[in-house]
Amino acid sequence: MSDKLIKIIRFIGLGFLEPIIRLSRGEEPRKNGILILKIIIAPLASVLLFIGVWQTGSTALFNKEANYRIEKALKDQGQKAADEMKLCIDSGDISCQPNTLPSPSQVNASFKTLLKDHKAISIDKKNFKEKTAALNKQRNAEGKDPIVYTGRPSFVDQIKTSIKTVFAGFLLAILIAVPIGVIIGLSDTLRSSFNWLIQIFKPVSPVVWLLLVFMIVKTLTKDSDTDSSFIISFISVGLCSMWATLVNTAMGVSTVDKDFINVAKVLKLGPLQKVFKVILPSSLPLIFTGLRITLSVAWMVLIAIELLAQSPGLGSFVWEEFQNGANDSNSKIIVAMFVIGIIGFLLDRLMLAIQKFVSFNKNEGI
Amino acid sequence: MKSKVFKALTIVVVIFLGACGGKESKKEVEGTETEATEVSDSKTKQLEIEKPQLTFGFIKLTDMAPLAIAKEKGFFEDEGLFVSVEAQSNWKNILDRVIDGQLDGSHMLAGQPIAAGAGFGRQAELVTPFSMDLNGNGITVSNDVWSKMKPNIPTSEDGKPIHPIKADALKPVIASYKSSGKAFKMGMVFPVSTHNYEIRYWLASAGINPGMYTKDNIQGQIDAEVLLSVTPPPQMPATLEAGTIYGYCVGEPWNQQAVFKGIGVPVITNYDIWKNNPEKVFVMTKKFVEENPNTAIAVTKALIRAGKWLDAPGNRAEAVNILSMPQYVGADEAVLANSMTGTFEFEKGDKRSMPDFNVFYRYNATYPFYSDGVWFLTQMRRWGQIPEAKTADWYGTKIKDIYRPDIWKKAAELLVAEGQIPASDIPETDGYKLATTEFIDGKNYDAKDPIGYINSFKIGNKD
Repeated sequence: MSDKLIKIIRFIGLGFLEPIIRLSRGEEPRKNGILILKIIIAPLASVLLFIGVWQTGSTALFNKEANYRIEKALKDQGQKAADEMKLCIDSGDISCQPNTLPSPSQVNASFKTLLKDHKAISIDKKNFKEKTAALNKQRNAEGKDPIVYTGRPSFVDQIKTSIKTVFAGFLLAILIAVPIGVIIGLSDTLRSSFNWLIQIFKPVSPVVWLLLVFMIVKTLTKDSDTDSSFIISFISVGLCSMWATLVNTAMGVSTVDKDFINVAKVLKLGPLQKVFKVILPSSLPLIFTGLRITLSVAWMVLIAIELLAQSPGLGSFVWEEFQNGANDSNSKIIVAMFVIGIIGFLLDRLMLAIQKFVSFNKNEGI
Repeated sequence: MKSKVFKALTIVVVIFLGACGGKESKKEVEGTETEATEVSDSKTKQLEIEKPQLTFGFIKLTDMAPLAIAKEKGFFEDEGLFVSVEAQSNWKNILDRVIDGQLDGSHMLAGQPIAAGAGFGRQAELVTPFSMDLNGNGITVSNDVWSKMKPNIPTSEDGKPIHPIKADALKPVIASYKSSGKAFKMGMVFPVSTHNYEIRYWLASAGINPGMYTKDNIQGQIDAEVLLSVTPPPQMPATLEAGTIYGYCVGEPWNQQAVFKGIGVPVITNYDIWKNNPEKVFVMTKKFVEENPNTAIAVTKALIRAGKWLDAPGNRAEAVNILSMPQYVGADEAVLANSMTGTFEFEKGDKRSMPDFNVFYRYNATYPFYSDGVWFLTQMRRWGQIPEAKTADWYGTKIKDIYRPDIWKKAAELLVAEGQIPASDIPETDGYKLATTEFIDGKNYDAKDPIGYINSFKIGNKD
């Protein structure tokens, strides 16, 4: 029973919980105790250390900015203004707060504000739906589009949109990169003929991809009323991130063990059968390594692309908060930074789990 | 081996279905929920709305307030309009999205629809049925420039600088920057923005050449003593702080933000450059207005009510609270309140009363006057954005394509009939304001004589 549990835990990428379970059953207490220290306590300690450094750092920056303001008031307007400024900063009045790196507690407070905000918006959404229900029923009967919510998306909605965009882009990357990778991997001539193009397009920045996609999609969707920002952003994400998969697939396919190919020849497999029964399975580990890089690149460029394409999501959240420049804007940006980081981490774990599920290589990934 | 591939494919398919399936099931829920609560007890008479679901854009500036108020106070819904209001990143983006139909209408610079019809920048048929506000801009310089400017400014008895500050005080600073090898750079928000013309007007009135445009050079920096460049409004303070520019002309709250962050000092507001000058307008495409005439009138009705609400005494504090929400302007209430509640803070601690700093309704602020539009055309010609000489008639006919007081009038008359506004709020006018000399240099502006006005300037093109 418990072994099964451990298997499942390992599979979903929570392998670090294993020693706790083993310890709770009294298996090898010494060995498991050390393991716990190594893979749970040590990372936790490093996180705490990081928070400590951050706290001291932000305090130092705060003091520096505050002193500068007081000195400036002293220089420009004399002692009285300087004293007033000092009092004002100490009182925590937002009209004179130094604007610098927020402390961990401020970030935590902003996180709570964002959650509260999400709840408020959910209620508002529900009310709006009730309010427009009758009208929508009537519009439905007349064959018109229903009225949809007109308020702004909450932080949680924006996370959802971002994840949706990333997966749409990721799927596009798979659909383009894997077939092309297999085809050019199979033939030396094709590989060398496409090599230049691949090398040229690979380092192109997300911004440029976005503009390129924008030019094309804008023309294609000229007649339709739909908002093209989602289409633009997911295609750009796909195009930016597919290169790792493309290169890895091509490499994986071209380096399939000669013995396998010979076996395929002996068995007189047709070309399609050869690809699906021999080449793809044996190049899966490399393909998956490529896919993992692709997914993390997709997540990374997503933020930049959303920021520019004005499509809703975490990227535009960060941009908007930067533009707001309110007292708690900086800490909201840092909340978004952590959310982005943690989701990126989880996505990577997810890919690792899938990779383990489908490939021969059962080694623990990094 | 086959099973491995199969498994991989299955997973991909599952993820794919998951991504799409979620959406579909949501739709179903929306569709099934039909038990009705009776809709809206509207305070106005609703027209036959052609397009009830609308998306409007804005830039994070306090003068977008009529949009936020019309939405938050339910004026849009009273007209049967369901409006989303979305912040946009810059003016260029807004113009493109309105022209391409992604936005049904938008908060825009008064110069944008005019330039789009007069041959500068991207061309399109845009119309302005509603003027959003008067005044509301300021010019801010960096701390360093201010400390060098200050000795050149006469002071009153209490030691405070006498306002309005003329650009003459800036002239020696520009010279000193030049002699140390640095070009004097300032920011404005868009080539056809009010800010561009205001900062040019201010500089030129002191004999400083802000640079000319020609047909082939649309940088606007020919013969310039001050290099003006474009920065989106919300990024102005950060750009100033980074030292890329030494000053800027922008709408609120980005001048007050500089005071709060201690990075710069506002020196003049546009109220002092031209008293009660037109600022932002609400813009839709001509196509939209023709296809949805009732919707256009309904939108204008809601916006007129919002303007009235904003200028009613005692409402500004609530307006500041609404604007400080992150989806609108998002700056701190204290920053917004500084200019929205009848005051303006120049140097830190030097807060002055400015009851007319932003006007949303009084002085017929919402009416789109032809004469306001013609002023922008004269400035475009003055600085070379309109490269060739035009006849006086051209100015009048051009502006009548773009400014649409007829829509405003229909909306206002409906509001009068509903008892929302008094009949006296509809001005008796042919669309032209009387000639005025309320400029910082005292020049006389008569919109019916645009050529004479253009020729009266020392710096700039002459016809």
